Amino acid sequence: MAHHNSLGKVLSLTPAVLIFAFLALLPVINLFIVSFHEVSWLGGTKQMDWVGVDNYVAIGDDPLFKAGVFNTIIVVLVATTAQVVIGLALALACSSVGDRSRPFRALIILPLLIPGIVIGAIWRLMYNSEFGIFNLVLNSIGLSGHDWLGSPSTALAAVIVVDVWHWMPFAFLLLLAAVESLPRDVSEAAKIDGATAWQEFRKVTLPLLYPAIFMTFLFRAVMASKIFDEVFLLTGGGPGTSTEVVSFTIFQRYFLQDNAGYGSALSVSIIFVVSVIIVIALNANKSKGLSQ
Amino acid sequence: MNHAVSKRYKRTTTYLIGFLVLAVFTTLAPFVYIAMSSFKTQISLLMGDVAFTPTLMNYDEVLFDRTSDYLQNFTNSVVVTSISTSLVVVIAFFAGYSLFRMRWPTYVVNIFLIWSMAFNLIPSVTLASAWYDLARSVGLNNDYIALILAHTTLHLPMALWLLASFFREIPRELEDAAYVDGASFVTLVRRVVTPLMMPGLMATGILIFVFSWNEFPVALALTNNDTGTVPVAIAKYAQEEEIKYTQMAAASVLSAVPALLVLLFGQRFIVRGLTAGAVK
Repeated sequence: MAHHNSLGKVLSLTPAVLIFAFLALLPVINLFIVSFHEVSWLGGTKQMDWVGVDNYVAIGDDPLFKAGVFNTIIVVLVATTAQVVIGLALALACSSVGDRSRPFRALIILPLLIPGIVIGAIWRLMYNSEFGIFNLVLNSIGLSGHDWLGSPSTALAAVIVVDVWHWMPFAFLLLLAAVESLPRDVSEAAKIDGATAWQEFRKVTLPLLYPAIFMTFLFRAVMASKIFDEVFLLTGGGPGTSTEVVSFTIFQRYFLQDNAGYGSALSVSIIFVVSVIIVIALNANKSKGLSQ
Repeated sequence: MNHAVSKRYKRTTTYLIGFLVLAVFTTLAPFVYIAMSSFKTQISLLMGDVAFTPTLMNYDEVLFDRTSDYLQNFTNSVVVTSISTSLVVVIAFFAGYSLFRMRWPTYVVNIFLIWSMAFNLIPSVTLASAWYDLARSVGLNNDYIALILAHTTLHLPMALWLLASFFREIPRELEDAAYVDGASFVTLVRRVVTPLMMPGLMATGILIFVFSWNEFPVALALTNNDTGTVPVAIAKYAQEEEIKYTQMAAASVLSAVPALLVLLFGQRFIVRGLTAGAVK
């Protein structure tokens, strides 16, 4: 093992440490302090009044936040499951078609590269109750249209469809990588033993893919829990609170209502929940000896 | 029997390709729809015309109308995205080299790994509020610098995470050999590590560029009319009293240009980058 230049070693890490300290840690500590205050801006100067834990107590009575948590959980569960199922089906199809599927793969991942706001704009047009493509098609076959985003019964489902369409390709990519790295001899052995295609999938391929499916589900669930852009553009949380999600609640409380103290308390609570999840995950990892 | 099997195999493959065609159609149809809308007049869109005479009016208004800030927004996005991406890639490269290839106490490495994980889990709206308060306190809100620094901080952990998997693939012997031959730290980084890391740096750079280009909540919080990025501009269309749908469509199509370029020229890197962080 060569003895490395320690000056180079320290200097290389310095910029990242500075960013971590001053742009990641410091703002979060500041957020924590603000969350115990009532903030007002008077002619460009910040006024902070200590209110103790009032902001945190208020979270329990916030109808918007309650709706946000409930809807976010639904989005995470439904959208993520749909993405994993469709992504897996496509990954298996691509892998068994082989090289001829290459152009399909490239096109399928396109939505991943497009801004979430633009995805929202596209679907806002398609969902439009007067001239959107869905209602045009329904009208042309003699059915009456529907206000997809405007009625509480379909708004959340409409948002979920957009999220599935936007992020399914990510599940597809991760699962395709997993499918392609499966050992071939196992499925060949199953074939020689006379297994039908379904048996082979059910008893051989699927069990081998469980870890990858779990990882993909986890990754997508984390991303889906942060959903913001599409909701902002499609519904703004409405009608009523039917598409309110956690990120949007924080945005409304902190920025739109300019309630920095309470908004910070919401943010700190989310960061706290996330930290608890990380600690649990790290411990689970350690006890399974998978920390490498 | 062989004949029957191969016939069945062919039929299955046909079904599977049919399934893939359906998936690609579902993926592309919305893009075709918005592209078509961007060439329609507002009236033609409202009437739901299928056949229409394409017009460039929307693009003209989005880009050159005096009331439109879109060119400014586009320039802002180019500035913010390219500077923050360059910063992220350079800082992550050196930090990653130091962290993953040299001896640091475990807790130092862990702090960075936990930071990476935390920043991927926390909704960026919470960070936006944290940065907003800080930027406003020092008078940097609505300034490029605040958004550039915020995007750098937001994406640095992800870049570190991605580069880690690439650093692990470089054989240590090469560095040791160079060191034994008397190479200085600078020479080692320039002549040995950088060339080997090129695919990783490309994948990371392209991916971070796309993330930064697409990023919305933080840009919304830290900018105003003059410094707003493309996603902020498009969101503004949707918030107007009377939405100019066809112009929103044209602005959306223009905003997707970088993504299309990336897909054409950097698809290999994108796939590698997106899977590297998760699978390895």
